Amino acid sequence: MIRRNFTKLLAGASLAASLMGTTAMAQDDMRIALVVKALGIGFFEAAAKGAEEAAAELGNVEIIYTGPTDTTAEGQIEVLNSLIAQGVDAIAVSANDTDALVPTLKKAMQRGITVISWDSGVAAEGRQMHLNPSSNALIGNMIIKLAADELPDGGEVALLSATTTSTNQNIWIEEMMKVMDNYPGIEVVTTVYGDDLADKSYREAQGLMQSHPDLDAIIAPTSVGIVAAAQAVADADKIGQVNVTGLGLPSEMAGAIESGASKSFAIWNPIDLGYSAAMIAHALASESAVAEPGAEISIGRMGTITLDDANEAAMADPFIYDASNIDEFKSIF
Amino acid sequence: MSPTDQTSDARSAIPDRLQSQLEQRLKSWESLLLLVAIAIFVANSFASPYFLNAWNLSDATFNFTEKAMIAFAMALLIISGEIDLSVAAIIALASTAMGAALQLGAGTPVLILVGLGTGLLCGAFNGFLVTRMGLPSIVVTIGTMSLFRGISYIVLGDKSFQGYPSDFAFFGQGYVFWVISFEIVLFTILAVIYGIVLHKTNFGRAVYAIGNNPTGALFSGIRVARVKFILFLLTGLMAGVAAICLTSRLGSTRPSIAFGWELEVVTMVVLGGVNILGGSGTIPGVVIAAFVMGLVTFGLGLLNVPGIVMSIVIGSLLIGVIALPRLWTMWRQR
Repeated sequence: MIRRNFTKLLAGASLAASLMGTTAMAQDDMRIALVVKALGIGFFEAAAKGAEEAAAELGNVEIIYTGPTDTTAEGQIEVLNSLIAQGVDAIAVSANDTDALVPTLKKAMQRGITVISWDSGVAAEGRQMHLNPSSNALIGNMIIKLAADELPDGGEVALLSATTTSTNQNIWIEEMMKVMDNYPGIEVVTTVYGDDLADKSYREAQGLMQSHPDLDAIIAPTSVGIVAAAQAVADADKIGQVNVTGLGLPSEMAGAIESGASKSFAIWNPIDLGYSAAMIAHALASESAVAEPGAEISIGRMGTITLDDANEAAMADPFIYDASNIDEFKSIF
Repeated sequence: MSPTDQTSDARSAIPDRLQSQLEQRLKSWESLLLLVAIAIFVANSFASPYFLNAWNLSDATFNFTEKAMIAFAMALLIISGEIDLSVAAIIALASTAMGAALQLGAGTPVLILVGLGTGLLCGAFNGFLVTRMGLPSIVVTIGTMSLFRGISYIVLGDKSFQGYPSDFAFFGQGYVFWVISFEIVLFTILAVIYGIVLHKTNFGRAVYAIGNNPTGALFSGIRVARVKFILFLLTGLMAGVAAICLTSRLGSTRPSIAFGWELEVVTMVVLGGVNILGGSGTIPGVVIAAFVMGLVTFGLGLLNVPGIVMSIVIGSLLIGVIALPRLWTMWRQR
């Protein structure tokens, strides 16, 4: 009897073991880990595609695409610890927390691993350089511009953000507030948080339309929130009254553009971002470039980036998607 | 969680240790779990060339030490028939309180006292609501889970506390000797203390008695409410200890710290063979369960297996644990 029950348990353990057998080790290749906020997010899957493209171009590079199941700093630290243990050559991380990853990333650098952050950054002492997809000022300006362009006579707009602790969204909203004077007549009535959860974002968007009946636009600078908001607007029969805009993925937003719930939105190209992050990680790990203020690093087909005083660089301007080009991009990411 | 006659009958069929013989011990849940742990260890060693490395194994222990510290106290609480789902929120509140004290210029000793004190206060609050007001602990602690973390969010919002003193970093990042981290030493000491308390003291016997039959325990002269109150205090205190270690390890405080840990702690306790309905379970079981969970997640992590697969493995282990005693009884009755 003991043996019977025990076999069941061993089945579990051997399942684990059989999963383990599948990863091939290629010691000669340079191993670059692309660590994302959480697995299963379209944006990061696209970035992984870009990193693979860079790896193919560079040759002898293995990309390890990994991340926690939910967007927590603790989960990301467990992933980072296992990467440090494997002695990867470089880690390129999109951080869930600016500060909490720093001790772990410092440990990685002490053990000779190249560490860069991209997309969502970590504090300066926890990485060698940070790659911004665009400049925060340009993004902050872009999200309000997208809303304002559709409102020549002014109007009320509301923000639907991710979580209160999301580094990215907070900076963009801050930058947006700085340029509000350039858009007279546009009033930001409130900011709500959908926590990057589809159902919560949907409810928050519904709440916005109820509490602000004259609302003209919802700006969601998050790919989860914008889709949920567009859905909420369509379900409330407010297409044409409330325009949803912000940052989103073309594949997820194609329906909203088609129905008119969203007239336009912006995003950089995550494929380019993953590609550039892998290129930079490779350049630093192979010591063909040094991360220091003023340094220029060549990033293949994306050209060259220049590091600023804080060892940060911007990849490119955000790109506007609307009815004219959505069909072209929706199958890409 | 007051047990009905039916459930206490079922429990009395599986006494804690009354048939304590060598053979019984070898057949025990702990021995099986230990074999699983060894199997996973061996499998990991073959699967990844990076597994058998002192520093890597040392790093791996950080995946479970903090959760396990809470799991020890939680095990006693669950054995007594209660539960505390607010432990992760207590970590958030204790960490926030330490961050606030830091802003007021507190040094490391004061930070420790603030962390432990906040944990104790939260535990006392839970204990008061459960033992004095007579409310069910699962409802009370679901409520305080939102309450404690809510306070952290009000204090911090989208900000974070950072800049902890460098000697404070020792608790979460320091090493006592070579690869032996402070956390693993603390984990070991706490395991021994809780093991002695549960298995070698009158207090421990009282915990089992209460879990099996609170009314019977009361009429045997055990001060049930007081024991339960102490257990809530201990759980809060352990959450405070975990908050100190985790805050030190992260070097910063955000209100989302330790999010979702309550379920991992309960998983660890149940995987360790503690009856979720109370009445039975051991500390060695919880210790081994902590290692099993740590080894599985670290081993799979080394192979870059996606986290969702790890969750599936842990989930399967847990269901196996709950199903085993049932299968055992069914087989014996056949």
